[in-house]
Amino acid sequence: MNFNFTEEQEMIRQAARDYAERELIKDVLERDEKAEYPTQHIKNLSELGFLGMLVDPKYDGGGMDTVSYVLAMEEICKIDSSVGVIISVNNSLVCYGIENYGTEEQKEKYLKPLARGEKIGAFLLSEPEAGSDATHQRTTAEDKGDHYLLNGTKNWITNANSGSIYIVVAQTHPEKKHKGINVFIVEKDSPGISLGQHEDKMGMRSSDTHSVMFTDVKVPKENRIGEDGFGFKFAMKTLEGGRIGIASQALGIASGAFERSVNYAKERKAFGTELANHQAIAFKISDMAVKIEAARNFCLKAAWLKDQGKPFGVASAMAKQYAADIAMEVTTDAVQIHGGYGYVKEYHVERLMREAKLTQIYEGTSEIQKIVISRSILKG
Amino acid sequence: MSILVYTENWDGKFKKLSFELVSYASEIAKKMNTSAIALSIGKVEESELQKLGNYGAEKIISVSDEKNKVLDNQAFSKIIAEVANKENSEIIVFAHNNSGKALAPRVSVKLHAGLVSGVIALPSDFDTFTVSKKAFTGKAIANVVIKSPKKVLTLSQNSFGLIETENNSIIENFEPELSDTDFTTELKEVNKITGKVILTDAEIVISGGRGMKSSENWAPIEELAELLGAATACSRPVSDENWRPHSEHVGQTGKIIAPNLYFALGISGAIQHLGGVSSSKYIVAINTDHEAPIFESADYGIVGDVHKLIPELISEIKELKETEN
Amino acid sequence: MKILICISNVPDTTTKIKFTGDSTEFDVAGVQWIINPWDELALTRALELKEKTNGKIEKISVVSVGLKTAEPTLRKALAIGADEAFRIDCEAKDSNSVAAQIAEVAKDYDIIMCGIEASDYNGSAVGGMLSEFLNIPSVSSVSNLDIENNDILISREIDGGAEILTTKIPFVAIVQKGIAIEPRIPSMRGIMMARKKPLNVVSPIEVENLTEFVSFELPPSKAACKMIDAENVKELVDLLHNEAKVI
Repeated sequence: MNFNFTEEQEMIRQAARDYAERELIKDVLERDEKAEYPTQHIKNLSELGFLGMLVDPKYDGGGMDTVSYVLAMEEICKIDSSVGVIISVNNSLVCYGIENYGTEEQKEKYLKPLARGEKIGAFLLSEPEAGSDATHQRTTAEDKGDHYLLNGTKNWITNANSGSIYIVVAQTHPEKKHKGINVFIVEKDSPGISLGQHEDKMGMRSSDTHSVMFTDVKVPKENRIGEDGFGFKFAMKTLEGGRIGIASQALGIASGAFERSVNYAKERKAFGTELANHQAIAFKISDMAVKIEAARNFCLKAAWLKDQGKPFGVASAMAKQYAADIAMEVTTDAVQIHGGYGYVKEYHVERLMREAKLTQIYEGTSEIQKIVISRSILKG
Repeated sequence: MSILVYTENWDGKFKKLSFELVSYASEIAKKMNTSAIALSIGKVEESELQKLGNYGAEKIISVSDEKNKVLDNQAFSKIIAEVANKENSEIIVFAHNNSGKALAPRVSVKLHAGLVSGVIALPSDFDTFTVSKKAFTGKAIANVVIKSPKKVLTLSQNSFGLIETENNSIIENFEPELSDTDFTTELKEVNKITGKVILTDAEIVISGGRGMKSSENWAPIEELAELLGAATACSRPVSDENWRPHSEHVGQTGKIIAPNLYFALGISGAIQHLGGVSSSKYIVAINTDHEAPIFESADYGIVGDVHKLIPELISEIKELKETEN
Repeated sequence: MKILICISNVPDTTTKIKFTGDSTEFDVAGVQWIINPWDELALTRALELKEKTNGKIEKISVVSVGLKTAEPTLRKALAIGADEAFRIDCEAKDSNSVAAQIAEVAKDYDIIMCGIEASDYNGSAVGGMLSEFLNIPSVSSVSNLDIENNDILISREIDGGAEILTTKIPFVAIVQKGIAIEPRIPSMRGIMMARKKPLNVVSPIEVENLTEFVSFELPPSKAACKMIDAENVKELVDLLHNEAKVI
């Protein structure tokens, strides 16, 4: 066992923290208010290499390990998890998928610009009638010989507008059920793709979310990832890694709210003494710290397993479920500690609370994670 | 033996800090039963040099060569070391300002003397030669022992004050051994802002922070500064946003100042900012946030909107000035 | 041309300052170490010059006097873009000895940049001492440094303005605020490349310390702030005039 971070991991954490504290903090409230996409930040963070930090340097990525990724996500999401989710989707869903299951040609053509952050990726799985349920895909991909024809609608797509490279999951052989599903790399400017309106979300308002409609969209055959029928497995494998990203995001939201609460409790006075001297508050702080530390360990353990090449699906499900649930609890407590100030935007904690809620929902709800975890225990 | 103090001049004139330095050196000289000698480099009239005697300099050495108009670290430090050797000076005192910080280290190496910079008081112990200085940018005070026989000190501005004495000084002209090769920097251009009170000299400083909201809102600060004969300053975010020039930034990474009165207007008082202003005698803070840390360090505080309160402050001070006259 | 940046490893600016050993030593427990802010700006400026002058600057090195704990700071400097690092393997205790140590490495460089002071002991001394050990020009209070054609242009802050100076290499520039706008954040690529860059550990030379920090105190705490009602600015003016007697 070794709980030490390497010099490099610390450096990445610090780099993320510096960027967040120096730059993201400046306009995070305004972007949240106006639901404005962080164009310049994503450009800057691309130049720093965060958008493709997990990708092998030979495909223009940062070549960093997943532990570093957890540390970076935590720091960024302490301040701004809209930016965090954009990074997470690009890294752990889109880049990861292409890097691990794509052909050399696909990597050359799509992975490289994604890893450099010149292009942003989106992951199109959810559908209006099937959230993250990959088995019941209504979007179809009809095999037309040299190409596929895509028809259908995808919902709740992060980076739908800002992104230009889509990973689309669709059904080719309905009779084979989930074994008939395929996954494709689709360029957003292909004819037949249209976006629904920008979703007016409760939180993470600075990331763009839309539904995406496909009407007879031609996708070249070479853009299919993996063998015919590989789509379901692809989605499951990719989501396993994605969960580490969202778990770290939830961790960041919780620890951001925690740090603000600690500072507030030390400064703010009530009944003649600092809040921190009231046991009701002090114990809340203690509970928050314990939960966050546990969530952090979950995230790092899952990341470590992934870095070691060991199975990490259950660990990442545990991390995601736990971190998301405690993020909700911790941010709720943070608002409580701040009292009236917590309920106004200037103090950030109400925003963190709104953001925490989404981590319990997307990339597999907490309930879905429980299915993953319980099945792994009970199936044998 | 002697105590040598380097007194810089500004266009032939001395400032309050020059007299503070001489006062400090003279006090040390008294405690050590020796005499304080002031050294002036550059063209200064005799009547101006005489003023150094009012603060206890027994001898004033003037190097009035035209060549020494502009600070050249190598040439100046050579002159100072030469005089220190000639006068057998045990302690050499500089101001902890731009030129002092430039010259004291060079002189200390030439004389193989230990240097303590930014001292804030007379040595607390002359046997061990222990002096105190600020460390961690004002967050602590350190006591430092100088082990070498010769010592170099730079004195923090406004930390000692003035002590006037009877003037028994003599003025001596000195021609150091300098050749052209001793001058290694060449002046191309001087850009000076005239008519403004210099921040590091100012007795009163009016400083604005992020709470001022934009560069367009600085007129009331300028007006207040003019009314009080004060300098203007700002916090780091303000200079980072280019609302004000970097030269006005006070704080840990900007200028460290010690005026009599510091107005922190719309400045929350981050620890880095306080590091630059905590030596001010009085701090007035105005901020909308009653929990802003600046109130912990301020002497007088108002919770309120700077945009409304500065104009009120101006009119109240005008009224005061009228009743005084 | 070769540039050397002298780097101090200092506690993060938000560190709560505490002492141990009966107030004789700074308590390093839990301290986050950073590159001294002015040194980091010096490095930033050196990198800007390297990019701008297109091949004129062949190498940027960084040097620090310190034990192994100083290495993360040097590694970060490499990740930001320095080409090579030196760590002189002894504790930095006294400005004079630090400068003497650095002089051994610095003699091969054309431009040597030092921050105006280190944010821990606020010595403002190493740059000047170093130039004297090397017997080369120094310019202090440098708020800009430029290379145009083959001329070195330095902007030196003076009271109420600035002077533009020129000097010949080799020289020491002691830099302050303004030399660069904001330090750089290391990129993933930079961090990766830093793995392969040399971090040389240099044995110290024999040199005596001329000063010694013997004890520390915390500054006396301030009396509570007198709060004045926002409707009563007149009272503030009265207090400043009659009580503080400052206006």
